[in-house]
Amino acid sequence: MSNQSSINLKDLFLNGIVKENTIFKLALSLCPSIAVTNNLKNGVFMGVAVLFVQVMVNLTISLMRNIIHPKVRLPIFMLVISGWVTVTQLMMAAFVPDVYSKVGLYIALIVAFASILARAEMFASKNSIIPSAVDGLGMGVGFLFALSVISFFRELVGKGSLWGHAIINTKPLLIMILPAGGFFAVGILMALFNWINARYAAKAAHASH
Amino acid sequence: MEATKKEQNFIVSVSPHVKSDETTRQIMWTVSIALLPALFSGLYFFGPKALFVTALCIISSMLFEHLYLRIVEKKSVVGDGSAFLTGLLLGMNMPSSLWSFSPFTAHVPVIASFVAVVITKQLFGGLGFNVFNPALIGRAFALISWPKAMTIWNAPSAAFFAMDAKTTATPLGILKEEGVTKLIEVFGDKMSLYQQLLTGHRAGSIGETSAIALLIGGLFLLAKRYITWHIPVSFLGSAALMAWVMGGKTGLFTGDPIVHLLSGGLMLGAWFMATDYVTSPSMKTGQIIFGVGCGLLTMLIRLKGGYPEGVMFAILIMNCFAPLIDRGFRSKVFGAVKQQTSAQAKESAK
Repeated sequence: MSNQSSINLKDLFLNGIVKENTIFKLALSLCPSIAVTNNLKNGVFMGVAVLFVQVMVNLTISLMRNIIHPKVRLPIFMLVISGWVTVTQLMMAAFVPDVYSKVGLYIALIVAFASILARAEMFASKNSIIPSAVDGLGMGVGFLFALSVISFFRELVGKGSLWGHAIINTKPLLIMILPAGGFFAVGILMALFNWINARYAAKAAHASH
Repeated sequence: MEATKKEQNFIVSVSPHVKSDETTRQIMWTVSIALLPALFSGLYFFGPKALFVTALCIISSMLFEHLYLRIVEKKSVVGDGSAFLTGLLLGMNMPSSLWSFSPFTAHVPVIASFVAVVITKQLFGGLGFNVFNPALIGRAFALISWPKAMTIWNAPSAAFFAMDAKTTATPLGILKEEGVTKLIEVFGDKMSLYQQLLTGHRAGSIGETSAIALLIGGLFLLAKRYITWHIPVSFLGSAALMAWVMGGKTGLFTGDPIVHLLSGGLMLGAWFMATDYVTSPSMKTGQIIFGVGCGLLTMLIRLKGGYPEGVMFAILIMNCFAPLIDRGFRSKVFGAVKQQTSAQAKESAK
């Protein structure tokens, strides 16, 4: 418990968004992020669902960390994750049925997200409640951010609309809302994200000299 | 600062370090020259529109290559002709009807060139590092993005300045929709169908129509030893075999391989696209497997798939397999002894 005070909560929060961004840096969970991001609405709701599950899982695991036997920790993590995913699924089916009808399958797939299990195993099972919640919040917001950017780009270029409202009135690049375009979008945005990061880091290093 | 600047001028290269006199520049321009007969026949049949579309592709390809290299602060190698060749191949793979202002479709060649040069080639590390054939990715991107604009085919017309061309279906389009009897009916009789397919008097992409002009270019490259026979022959051979066996409506072995060989982009693909050094296997056995795979996939798409033409997707799919094929069929290391299997080892121990 002694190292808890040394964790900087702000750094912890930013870690999930910048340094260990699930999609742009770790390149995890790409299957659902390509499948659901062909319009902004689906992308944002998927991101919010992952954010919610990540925070709640981290909180629960952190609460239970002293009573989980190390030998059975993975099955218990999975049970907790699938419990919270089921909660999310039922809530989305109740409140946003139109989105749920399109992304429902991928919401169920959140159970198998490597990033969520990884945070439970690596962080929440070893730290107290507040850092765990902040860590989950950072990872979730990073995921939400990535999905929003990708789906914003894909819907704008591929359909000429945003959140279902028509914006550009010309013939769009149809390929961008197809799966092939998802790979293009994720690849280009990943490169852009890392390029901006590298420039920012170089500038920071320059300033500290 | 001075020293690092100087160091940057040295280009670190991978083996082989023993080089022939043939440079990249020379190869690129020779291949471009080999494409000229087909380009001229395209210009003859489709008029100035074809020239504009091809020129637009070439200019924008070279421009994007130059701009990208400037932005990432690398030495501009636009003069080596690789961007020129990509643009030329891309232009020859597009319908001449793209040069049209109502509806406006002249942006299609420009965006396709961007995808070909910047995304497919430069983002993967430049010439020599691309996984896929850049011109084909550019075309695939355009075909999927603008399916309508990319499939309006002008009817060939020898009147050079006919700007308002009639549109019509390609031979493969007719074959897919209405069958071979309709195709022969459109072209008169069977002999004139073959003859017109051979000379290129048919609808299609700018550079793909004239089989004879493409054959001249291909044989020129073969004679110059820039390509070997393995890929084109196995590609065309397997496609012809499959067309003969599976192509007929009335049963096995009743298909017409000649129609399939001469129509679509098969000649252009087999001689100029599949033989790209970077994206095809380098060993001879591997090249034959690559060619057979291209031929089978082409005919599978043509006969069973949704698209009337499959050369482009077939080559792109086989491009993915090229590194794998290269690993499976390595050249024998000089002086190496064939490894004994455990059974043979036991045998020799006795």
